[in-house]
Amino acid sequence: MSENGFAHEVDVTVIVNGERVSRRVDARRHLVDFLRLDVGLTGTHTGCEHGVCGACTVQVNGDVVRGCLMLAAQADGAEVWTVEGLSDNGSLDALQKAFVERNALQCGFCTPGMLITAADLLARDAKPSREEIREHISGNYCRCTGYEAIVDAVEMAAGTRAGATQAGGGSQ
Amino acid sequence: MKPAQFAYARAKDLPHALALWAEAGEDAQILAGGQSLIAGLGLRLADTPALIDINHVPDLAGVTESGDRIRIGAMTRHAELARNPLVAEHAPAIAEAAPLIAHPAIQARGTIGGSLAYADPAAEFPACVVALDAELVVQGQGGERRIPAADFFLGLYETALEPFELLTAIEIPKAGRRRQTVQELVRRHGDYAIVGIVLAADVQGDTLGAAKVVYFGVGDAPVVAEGAARALEQGDVSAALKALNDDLDPPGDLTGGPETKRHLARVILQRAINALRAQ
Ligand SMILES: Cc1cc2nc3c(=O)[nH]c(=O)nc-3n(C[C@H](O)[C@H](O)[C@H](O)COP(=O)(O)OP(=O)(O)OC[C@H]3O[C@@H](n4cnc5c(N)ncnc54)[C@H](O)[C@@H]3O)c2cc1C
Ligand code: FES
Ligand code: FES
Repeated sequence: MSENGFAHEVDVTVIVNGERVSRRVDARRHLVDFLRLDVGLTGTHTGCEHGVCGACTVQVNGDVVRGCLMLAAQADGAEVWTVEGLSDNGSLDALQKAFVERNALQCGFCTPGMLITAADLLARDAKPSREEIREHISGNYCRCTGYEAIVDAVEMAAGTRAGATQAGGGSQ
Repeated sequence: MKPAQFAYARAKDLPHALALWAEAGEDAQILAGGQSLIAGLGLRLADTPALIDINHVPDLAGVTESGDRIRIGAMTRHAELARNPLVAEHAPAIAEAAPLIAHPAIQARGTIGGSLAYADPAAEFPACVVALDAELVVQGQGGERRIPAADFFLGLYETALEPFELLTAIEIPKAGRRRQTVQELVRRHGDYAIVGIVLAADVQGDTLGAAKVVYFGVGDAPVVAEGAARALEQGDVSAALKALNDDLDPPGDLTGGPETKRHLARVILQRAINALRAQ
């Protein structure tokens, strides 16, 4: 990217799901559009595009953030993980199984954001209460499920994790 | 929605940020957490020729202690404020407010400097800094100046920041024996408050010494409830609740009409008093 001055187009290099990606982008390009349109990773969705719905949730340098409230230009030099990468490396396994088992998705539009947000909660707190789960996903909208099944699934995934630890860390 | 075209520059340090701003002109904007600004640009509520990204300016983030104050860098994120031990000990209202702001993904990026500069009337931090007698440190081409929090919020999204002035830090007197609490009413966790309150006082039996009662979500800016504070200093809770009739003149908004807001303001004053006494 241009080192010191203003630019309408910015060269960025971002580590996306462990791979180095370099592109020239409009300064106004949202990170989520960079991922979807420039890199071709369409697992991250765009809903409201102003921070309210959580469909665009991704991980940047370890933090869960809104892809629609960060510019691609700001991600230059950052490490970004999307639902594709986190699925491939197994980070979301327990949650994904639980989502299927508990019917925690219908159209699936909100699911990538829900999974990444829920994974963030489970990384902080291995056994959250239903109340804490609700609070943590309060910024992620689902138009289909009514949330109950999503809370069930996150609770179930948390149980799986705690159970696995008790059983000596093995996964089934 | 997508924002209109603008130019972007990443500032290396504070002088560089100020130089970039001077170069781009008054309508250029500082990009802090971007959690209000990028949303506003997308909705085309805001329009700017250029953004100056201060996320990589060293020394703007973090909390330090000096003498009887703590200093919070403007770029300190909400998530950090929620877990920072110096904040928890010396400015507990800030630590209590941070998790109430939006959702984890927004707390990870949003900054206290951005929240104060944006000056949303329903935001938590503006009311906190007024209640805690903070001083805001700002830097312009001409040097540094300090603005008492009580003089900073001028109206709806309007602050005492002059063109080309950057907020660099917030200095807050240590709480010491004073107790602090933040209470708010929201429909859903993380929403902007329908009505919120920050209460700070020196609790001695029934009296709340040197009480500070500051509301958010009931006006164009944080509202200091002087009458209620004086009554609390006498230990007279019912007089404090009555005094709110004169202290507050809430306009109706999407979350409720004036009478609803007045009622809720009484409810949370009572809750805040209980919370302070229980500490
Ligand atoms: C869905 C959603 C819900 C939210 N809910 C709440 C809530 O409940 N309570 C709440 O308080 N906030 C809420 N917010 C806003 C959030 O707290 C923002 O982070 C905050 O208002 C702005 O901080 P920022 O660092 O993101 O600033 P930015 O968005 O980067 O900037 C905001 C404005 O301040 C200016 N600015 C920023 N930093 C400085 C500085 N250091 N000096 C001078 N000018 C500066 C910018 O130029 C811009 O005009 C919400 C946001 C979203 C998207
Ligand atoms: S698309 Fe980003 S929060 Fe809705
Ligand atoms: S499953 Fe359709 S929006 Fe959540």
